[in-house]
Amino acid sequence: MLPQKNLWAMKTMQQIEAELYRAMFRIRRFEETVLDNFPKGVFFGTTHTYLGQEANAVGVLHHMNQDEVVFSNHRCHGHFLAYGGDARALFAELMGKASGVCGGRGGSQHLHWRNFYSNGVQGGIVPIAVGAALAEKRKGARAATVAFLGDGTLGEGVVYEALNLAALWQAPILFVVENNHIAQTTPVELALAGGISARFAAFDIPARELDTSDVMEILPAAGALLEQVRTQSAPRALILHTWRFGPHSKGDDTRPAETIARLRQSRDPLTLHAARLSPAEKEAIEAQVEDEIQRAYQQAFADPYSSIADL
Amino acid sequence: MPTVLDSLNTALRQALTQDERVLILGEDLLDPYGGAFKVTRGLSDAFPGRVLTTPISEAGFTGLAIGMALRGLRPVVEIMFGDFLTLAADQIINHAAKFRWMYNGNKPETERVSLPLVIRTPMGGRRGYGPTHSQTLEKHFLGTPGLVVLAPCALGDPGQLLLDAILFTNDPLLFVENKLLYLAQVQDITQSDDFEFRIHNDRTDAEPGFAAPTYLCRVRGAPPPTLTLTAYGYMAELAQQAQRRLAYEHEVFVELVVPTGLSPCKMHPLLASLERTGRLLAVEEGTRNLGWGAEILARSAEALGARLKRARRLAAHDLPIPASGPLEAHVLPSVENIIQCCLEMTQSD
Ligand SMILES: Cc1ncc(C[n+]2csc(CCOP(=O)(O)OP(=O)(O)O)c2C)c(N)n1
Ligand SMILES: [Mg+2]
Repeated sequence: MLPQKNLWAMKTMQQIEAELYRAMFRIRRFEETVLDNFPKGVFFGTTHTYLGQEANAVGVLHHMNQDEVVFSNHRCHGHFLAYGGDARALFAELMGKASGVCGGRGGSQHLHWRNFYSNGVQGGIVPIAVGAALAEKRKGARAATVAFLGDGTLGEGVVYEALNLAALWQAPILFVVENNHIAQTTPVELALAGGISARFAAFDIPARELDTSDVMEILPAAGALLEQVRTQSAPRALILHTWRFGPHSKGDDTRPAETIARLRQSRDPLTLHAARLSPAEKEAIEAQVEDEIQRAYQQAFADPYSSIADL
Repeated sequence: MPTVLDSLNTALRQALTQDERVLILGEDLLDPYGGAFKVTRGLSDAFPGRVLTTPISEAGFTGLAIGMALRGLRPVVEIMFGDFLTLAADQIINHAAKFRWMYNGNKPETERVSLPLVIRTPMGGRRGYGPTHSQTLEKHFLGTPGLVVLAPCALGDPGQLLLDAILFTNDPLLFVENKLLYLAQVQDITQSDDFEFRIHNDRTDAEPGFAAPTYLCRVRGAPPPTLTLTAYGYMAELAQQAQRRLAYEHEVFVELVVPTGLSPCKMHPLLASLERTGRLLAVEEGTRNLGWGAEILARSAEALGARLKRARRLAAHDLPIPASGPLEAHVLPSVENIIQCCLEMTQSD
């Protein structure tokens, strides 16, 4: 399920482009299915969809090897699916089913599968990711760890403790800041003084900044940074300026509808990347993914709830 | 006999020797200083690269240790003063304590996470350090699902308890070391002229994967006890002093029950003692309201019903700890307080 190590060597550019489109479309349809069905009462709690940010997870995580480690946050469905996670297990987790990723104990924000971990406390998992990276380093593995965090999470103090320690002890970790310009309802301008890259510069962590929704820009940038993380066993940062298309969770978007419509026009990672595929190829991928997602949803729906006896 | 400090230091040395996955993180740990209370003295010289002195970032390095534990190491964290546990509380409660349960829901054994992490910290007052360096804060962590809390005492082998915790725990574990215990001599419970000891290592309550013993102590040759006194950590030392004076000066005979496992709460040995005495006094250095003693009394009442004739708590006043010697001594429970309380409880019926 996880992508092969030598992505570039083993595949043609066309194959890679198709794979990326499939991965992004899978996330898109998963999230839309979640939002469409939430009002029916099939899911517990809340959700934070990855609509509009698909290129970030896909562009970064396509480079991960089997033994490498990913730490994610509340907005984790896209990260999880791009990591290779199973759509049925994720639907089932949101539905509180026994077949869910964590048997329904975690729900939308609290996932663990293989080397993928997420939690629902902003910033709290960042030092944990640094510790994981250092553990891999101590084991002598040349494994990279990736930690995703949002712009709003840059307000948490523990993030800076983690950056300091990562730099001080040269943790092989890539911090991926997804600046979608908003935290719940708070625009980044109301929450963040100074620049994002300056934060990493303060700790001598080299950072690359991209303002794009094109997966073909994110992919090589992330690949180069991850290679530096592995070979130099040191931290790097990738700052991705991006846009959230959906509500923060569900039905709680305070931004004007025109703003979102404009973003969907100009910054949709799927539209941008679809231009590289032939219409037939695009259609075929979409049909397959549609089928996969609908089946995953139906299967999860039919699965039994977690048993109280297993608590 | 060694001091408790020696015993803990030896345990850390053994842990580093016996398991290469063990490493220690905390502030100012490097030799020649060896930590604010010297528990790690000599270790950074003996184990280069495995004793990591950290920036002043309690949440940060506790988080690092959680990540290390998730990925197969067995880290030991030292929080310089127990008061500063609050800075790492989110890491402990919302991360470390949750992960095993939250992530392992339906997973087969091989895909589960474990989190072998020991967080050691000196707690307690009576040294004039004032309101932010003298507290007994473990009550805020007791009862957190997924977190084990242990408190060594001078009885038996405090180092062995620490060594077992480091080598065998699969859960995050808080190891609370009262500062005044450090210089206390370890009491060999197999050869005491003054006291008779029994040790309970049974697994009648939830266990952290190894035995956290409970000690039962009586004055040697005394008649059957009429009251059960329970205390942990350094408070157990003071309770033992009170126990001796009660016997010799007042002819009141009490049984002392000293748990080393605070959470999950090990009740079996205490309840067995209460079946004999029907009277309970719980003594703690933490504040009185909603604390450890309250839980002990509640559980005892639930288990014994009318067979529990009298029950009281003795604890710190519900105030911050003052720096001034006489004020601090007044706020914290003393040997005199314990004696007084025991006399009241045994004489009035
Ligand atoms: C410590 C903490 N405080 C508040 C919240 C509630 N909360 C959940 S997501 C969120 C916004 C996060 O914004 P950002 O980091 O920009 O990520 P985004 O949602 O934009 O992906 C908030 C405030 C939380 N989960 N954790
Ligand atoms: Mg944001």
